[in-house]
Amino acid sequence: MPLALYLPLALPLVAGLAARPLAERLPPKLATWLLAGGALVLAAASTAALGLLVLTAVIRIPLVDAAGGMSGPVVRRLDPASLPVALVAAVLLAAALVAAGLAVWRRGWALVAAGREARRLPGRRQVVIVQDPAADAYTLPGWPCRVVVTSGMLVALSHAERRVLLAHERAHAAGLHYLFGTASRLAAALNPLLRPVAGAVGYTLERWADESAAAATGDRPLAARALAHAALASAGGPLRPSVMALHAIGSPGPVPRRMAALLRPPPRPRMLLVSAAALLLAVAGASALVAASDMHGLLEYAQAAWAS
Amino acid sequence: MRDKTGGDRRAAGELEAAVLAVLQASDSPLSPADVRERLDDDLAYTTVVTILSRLHAKGVLDRRKSGRAYHYVPVADEPGLAARRLTQLLDAEPDRAAVLARFVSSLSATDEELLRRMLASADAGPEGA
Repeated sequence: MPLALYLPLALPLVAGLAARPLAERLPPKLATWLLAGGALVLAAASTAALGLLVLTAVIRIPLVDAAGGMSGPVVRRLDPASLPVALVAAVLLAAALVAAGLAVWRRGWALVAAGREARRLPGRRQVVIVQDPAADAYTLPGWPCRVVVTSGMLVALSHAERRVLLAHERAHAAGLHYLFGTASRLAAALNPLLRPVAGAVGYTLERWADESAAAATGDRPLAARALAHAALASAGGPLRPSVMALHAIGSPGPVPRRMAALLRPPPRPRMLLVSAAALLLAVAGASALVAASDMHGLLEYAQAAWAS
Repeated sequence: MRDKTGGDRRAAGELEAAVLAVLQASDSPLSPADVRERLDDDLAYTTVVTILSRLHAKGVLDRRKSGRAYHYVPVADEPGLAARRLTQLLDAEPDRAAVLARFVSSLSATDEELLRRMLASADAGPEGA
């Protein structure tokens, strides 16, 4: 039982390390489904494992034993986790639940606010052009999603590049990408070890839209140039020296990596990588189920001992 | 440009964007004929007039009568300002910024340098942007 209890707690660490390589190597749509779905499975499994550890502390309380009709000595003899471990688990579980509750609340309100703004934007068309010299373009989640492009962004791009930009943002809207982002953020709130996975999902969503735009225009180099020109135009605004200094030395950020990916042929699904990731998720899910069923068995055994 | 019937709704945003970009790039107000001349696409005159009046109706463009045709100029209009406020509002809160799917995230100095170099080598290839 201890292994089944601790595996779901350790595997998110593995997932956190594997997330970035997976995001770079797999086709972005596949990577997004795998990473966002995997984050949810791992968050559920690790939270369940914490819950079971806490339960081992709860059943030590004599009053609970009596109320549950369980034999106290038997529970204490069979108990798989030490009291300090169970107490740490209790603190972690409380923190995870509070963090997840806050994340649901905040993200929910942000989505509601964005949806309200999306409805209030002028006109009925999906694409809204706004007068603003600052180059910017984004998709507002809502029912339906709206695409906002500033006039500054339009000026910065050639006609063909504007088609790439619009195809990219339409892919975000059509694929309901904000749902994947929200799901992985919630998973990361439940288990902070999954934060790299949520970060990787943010990246694969952009790559997904990049690949859609490249497919729509049938010109990968064009899509790459559009991305670079848009990024440089956005960066043309006031520079923030402190931020610049902080990032001056480091590995390439997401935009150059996206551009490089567009200059390469589209990635192919790699069955070995996908199978390995699926196996990890299956192990995490199965461990949590085994641990839960073991706990159930222990409680029944203790009840039987009390009855006799 | 694309199919005439089903593609119209999708293409409309692109055409409006192209027309607005032409006007943004110009220092002086432009007539529909001027706009048509400067567009990369070969559009019918009536199409350009339709797009210009639509943008005017949306409040994105201002127009004045000059001779027989209207001349159009972009305006810093109410919806535009409202949308700008919206962007700032969304930026102010991390959760709100996170729900926006931005085309490009912010660049570090390294990224900027890297992009310029990649662009230079990409532009050296066929068909400059």
